[in-house]
Amino acid sequence: MHSAIEGIGLGPYLSIGAILLVLGVFGIFVNRKNVIIILMSIELILLSANINFVAFSAATGDLSGQVMTLFVLTIAAAESAIGLAIVTVYFRNRGSIEVDDITMMKG
Amino acid sequence: MMTQIVFYVFAAVLVLSATMVVCARNPVHSVLFLILAFFNAAGLFLIAGAEFLAMTLVIVYVGAVAVLFLFVVMMLDVNFARMREGVQRYAPIGGVVGGVLLVELIMAFTRWRVASNIDQVGHIVPSSPTRTNTAALGDVLYTHYIFLFQSCALVLLVAMIGAIVLTLRDRPTGRRQNIDRQHDRTPADSLEMLQVPLGVGVAAQGGFLRPHTSYDVASVPGSYGTQAWREQEMEEETQTALVVITPAAGTKGQDNA
Repeated sequence: MHSAIEGIGLGPYLSIGAILLVLGVFGIFVNRKNVIIILMSIELILLSANINFVAFSAATGDLSGQVMTLFVLTIAAAESAIGLAIVTVYFRNRGSIEVDDITMMKG
Repeated sequence: MMTQIVFYVFAAVLVLSATMVVCARNPVHSVLFLILAFFNAAGLFLIAGAEFLAMTLVIVYVGAVAVLFLFVVMMLDVNFARMREGVQRYAPIGGVVGGVLLVELIMAFTRWRVASNIDQVGHIVPSSPTRTNTAALGDVLYTHYIFLFQSCALVLLVAMIGAIVLTLRDRPTGRRQNIDRQHDRTPADSLEMLQVPLGVGVAAQGGFLRPHTSYDVASVPGSYGTQAWREQEMEEETQTALVVITPAAGTKGQDNA
């Protein structure tokens, strides 16, 4: 199997991806109050997915993984733009960005 | 050997900076560590041979997304010290969830292996060694994946419009375009032809007047603001409309000197 990551192998790449995923999930739970850091943690999770895609793409010699990474990048950019817009509007209305305060829709 | 050293350096910095993103006290520091993390991820992409994606990651994330985060963090006047209060309370839950996830991933990794017939599996898009990464990606992106590519453009368009719609604020004093008024304008309303003598310019006319009739806010009732605001605006206009150009004593127009 021809591979672009011959000297390193697939395992280290997947480990990095797994560690980033765990860090992102951990960050979402730890920073319960700060929506901006939660958005950044989601970016980290998407980055870990990207690393896995690129690693498999390089290991199998198939470019479709890199194409998927491109689409994930697009979605991540759109998501952070919308998320930050919502944060800005929410802060303008309520004067706070704490997740615990977002209870208006509970009724 | 060199590649491995570079890989592990990038990987270590990536993991450390990702940890700092989650744990930093100051959100500005978090954003800066996020930028560092993306730079190192771009390095990992480069090692894996995905040059185009590495550059895209730097441009899109460091150039756009992280700067967007930085803008929002600095723009919102939030007491970030108070934000950190719940960390001690939530850290055990986060630790448990993260730990469970990590253990599960480790268990999956230890039992996981590449299928032995991976070489026989037909590739959707085999990477050819003769093309550069960017050219090969372009080859498939605009052919095999053209509909996904177009959908991505739609997603970005919707995101752009959504962000604008969400954050657009209606200011009553704002001046906005009135297309009917623009179409109703005639040159006679807005243009004034002056016979200007040579060498003295508009100073001979006692200065020049801004076009007055079509810009008169009173001509369109209720366009913007209140009556008081309108009067103030009119007063400002009368104060600033006349621009008198007085040539310095003894000098005439430079052009005809």
